[in-house]
Amino acid sequence: MTKGKIVGLEGSFAVAEAVRMANTDVISAYPITPQTHIVERLSEMVADGDLDADFICVESEHSAMSACVGASAAGARVFTCSAGQGLELMHEVLYIPSSMRLPVVAVAANRALSAPLSVWCDHSDVMALRDISWVQMFAENNQQAFDLTTCAFRIAEDKDVLFPTMVHIDGFYLSHVIEDMVLPEEEEVAGFIPDYKHPFVLDPDKPVSMGCYGPPFIYSETKKAQDVAFDNTRPRIQEIWDEFGELFGRQYLPVESYKMEGARVALVTMGSCSETAMLAVDELRAAGVDVGLIRLRLWRPFPFKELREAVKDLDLLVVLDRAISFGMGGPVCSELKSALYNKREDLKIVGFIGGLGGRDIQISEFKYMVTQAQEKVKAIERGKEVETVIIGVREGGGR
Amino acid sequence: MGGEGLGWKDLEIGFVVTEPGNASSYKTGDWRSERPIRDNERCIKCGLCYIYCPEACIHEDEEGHFEADLYYCKGCGICAHECPRNVIGMVEEKEE
Ligand code: SF4
Ligand code: SF4
Repeated sequence: MTKGKIVGLEGSFAVAEAVRMANTDVISAYPITPQTHIVERLSEMVADGDLDADFICVESEHSAMSACVGASAAGARVFTCSAGQGLELMHEVLYIPSSMRLPVVAVAANRALSAPLSVWCDHSDVMALRDISWVQMFAENNQQAFDLTTCAFRIAEDKDVLFPTMVHIDGFYLSHVIEDMVLPEEEEVAGFIPDYKHPFVLDPDKPVSMGCYGPPFIYSETKKAQDVAFDNTRPRIQEIWDEFGELFGRQYLPVESYKMEGARVALVTMGSCSETAMLAVDELRAAGVDVGLIRLRLWRPFPFKELREAVKDLDLLVVLDRAISFGMGGPVCSELKSALYNKREDLKIVGFIGGLGGRDIQISEFKYMVTQAQEKVKAIERGKEVETVIIGVREGGGR
Repeated sequence: MGGEGLGWKDLEIGFVVTEPGNASSYKTGDWRSERPIRDNERCIKCGLCYIYCPEACIHEDEEGHFEADLYYCKGCGICAHECPRNVIGMVEEKEE
């Protein structure tokens, strides 16, 4: 197993280290809070000669992703990062590398969407990207931010994947927090991410046409091919995580559990608040409540099989959403219901919304969700409608 | 043009087209609802129709007259509009 060295690093710098050790060829990004420290650090590395990459300064996120598409089509190893409104401005172009099977790697420092203007963390930006057909995964701490960014290059460039890959790190909670973590040896990372060759690159000696237009007679076939190829990435993602685990001693899974032995109830979280939820589970367990925690590590492609396995002995899932799908409810909760529909009729799923726009979620609030969810189940069984609660929201109305 | 019969399993990764320049097999003439006809008697062989055709489908013949290649001609009527002698007319395509 790898030695590495223990360092104290901000989450953004951990990501930048991963990008440097991956020997990235091209970086194109536009700064936006809370992603800024990642690009600042990378531009320093390039300027100081610590990373032999082309850093393309652009005028917007739309251009950043466009430059990434071009560089990736030329066969380069490519990285970008953004957050919140920046991801929204990039949105149109995000569909291009996935349809064209270009292995761009990106990190999103998750941020709320305007209005009102908020630079703080939630998952509204992530939820707007659900259908872009990028492999997407969540980190919970800075070690994972480093590890998953490293894995993202291997996953994206794997010949059985060849889809762009995005690592979600919660803005500020990870991007601006210094934690201790193990930084592996550069040679070991280099050995884990070998040079890659895309089957089709822009090459004047072997010309191909990329990004052609698809009339109605062929468009359905292209989308079917894309959907099947994206679905088929699941086993390779797991194999690459297994290989990483063997080399570096940290194992990642599409769905990860915490204290699920004998649990009848489980919280479901994604991202940095999972660690707070673990503390809540510890306290509830100590008080005799049979509760565990399920964390969705892989968000796309959705880990149906692993989720169904994780919930097989449960009576109740308590899902936290850090975003609202207006007029619909919590997006993660909706997706879990859809993933489990017709599979577990007896399983109750209760959703809560919380942590919007950087509002902290306390241990006590996770505990409240678990007890409240049990109350709600009773109400549901009495045939009552239950509305989705926003944790900690003030009612007011006294004026 | 090719491709109509392809199934999803036949497509290259990323829908790359490995035969460069195959846009020339695309029959834009299918879009036409009117075709240009010309009266070569009054044509002054100025070549303006040739220059303005957005499809670049007008060719000069041995006598210096200009003719549209109907495989590509979209029937936009620009040649008729630009001709200084008004020798080009647009006539409706009929079902064959
Ligand atoms: S009708 Fe349009 S496309 Fe056809 S020959 Fe004239 S200018 Fe060209
Ligand atoms: S523009 Fe008119 S006059 Fe000039 S070459 Fe064409 S048809 Fe003849």
